[in-house]
Parts: sequence; structure tokens; C-alpha cells
Amino acid sequence: MSEIKKFMYVNRRPPYGTIYAWESLEVVLIGAAFEQDVSLAFVDDGVFQLVKGQDTAGIEMKNFSPTYAALGDYEVNKIYVEKESLDERGLSLDDLQHLVWEDEDDDWAEKDSIRLVSRAELAQVFAGQDVLFNF
Amino acid sequence: MSILHLVNKSPYERSSLTTAVDYVLPSDTLLLLEDGVYAAVKGGKAASLLAGKKVSVLGPDLAARGISQEKLVDGVTVVDYAGFVDLVEATDKSQSWL
Repeated sequence: MSEIKKFMYVNRRPPYGTIYAWESLEVVLIGAAFEQDVSLAFVDDGVFQLVKGQDTAGIEMKNFSPTYAALGDYEVNKIYVEKESLDERGLSLDDLQHLVWEDEDDDWAEKDSIRLVSRAELAQVFAGQDVLFNF
Repeated sequence: MSILHLVNKSPYERSSLTTAVDYVLPSDTLLLLEDGVYAAVKGGKAASLLAGKKVSVLGPDLAARGISQEKLVDGVTVVDYAGFVDLVEATDKSQSWL
């Protein structure tokens, strides 16, 4: 039917303080269901969305962070995290969830979904997209 | 007279904390809550803004964001909601830097 387009969702907000992060995740999952080529970028405060060990019991909000681990099952396996944004916030890749996907063309081998990139590299990734959404 | 200064915005997204810290007197307390807690992450650029200030951070908001006690800069106090109330009671007034 229609051609497959490259959709990139650029996440720039922290979780919980506003609804942006959660809404973005909802839109990503809907987009993936339509079999588009979906990738995600986490820059600025968006990198806080992927911090592991989130426990929202004390603030009585839904902890939506486990949903990121399901992205691989929707063939969303290109997750770009900007190194400069992590550094500036005192974070490293070790502070983030370990997100993986299973490659059916490689005997279902488990592979990393997160790609740590520099700002300059991410600019090149943006250049290769058809549609960009900023949350 | 003492003031409890409340900051609930990320220091990387808004100028609330940058502005507020210049008004925090030695007798005052700064309470970081909601997205404001990210300022207290050790190694982050914003952490230096807290130097020399009496700083409390709301524990439930840290936990929600996956920020453990070990990730915090030295010298900040983690409080729960009851501790929040104690701070309000111990100070003469409060100012929310929205």
C-alpha cells in the first residue's frame, strides 16, 4: 500500500513533571503498530526518561518506565541517546535501562537497542529521517 | 526571618533554580521537588548552584525518577512528606519559584 517512512521521535522532557514523556511513548507505540520505520532520540532532559530503578509509589503516579523495555517487541530498536546530554546531567549509560531487541534474522540473538551518539552524530541521524516529532 | 524556597522545575529546562539560588540567604532553606530534584545529581552541571546553601530534596520525587541517594551531591538532606511539612513549619514563609 503506502511506502514505509522513517519516523523519528525526539524526546526532550523528563518523566512525571509533565505528560510529554508518556504521551510520546503512546504515540511511538501507535506509530510502530502501523509498521513504519520508527526510531527514538533522547536528548536534553529526555535522557532522564530512561534512568533505571524508577519507583513512583511515593508520588502516586503510574510508573511507565517498564514500557520502554517493550519497544523491542514492536521492532523499535534504534534508540539514540545523546552523550553530551548525559554528561551534562551527571549520568552515564550505566544509569539507564538496558534495552534490547531480538534479531529474527540472526537466530533471535538479543542485541542492544540503545546507541550512544554525539550531538554531531545525532544531527546526521536527523538528516536521514523523513518525519521528525519533538516531545 | 527565614524563607523556604521551593523549586520544582528542572535546572536544565528552566531558569527557576539559577534565579532562586541568588535569593537564598544563610537562614533560608532550598527545597528541591518534582523535576527540581535533578539539580542534586552529583556530577551534573547544575549541582554547583547548590554549594553553600541549606538544601533539602524530596525523597518520593527522587525515587520516582530512579535517582538513588548515592547519586546525590554531598551535603543535601533527603526529606519525606512529613519532613516537607516540618520545613514549612520551621520557616516563616515560603516562596515557590515556578
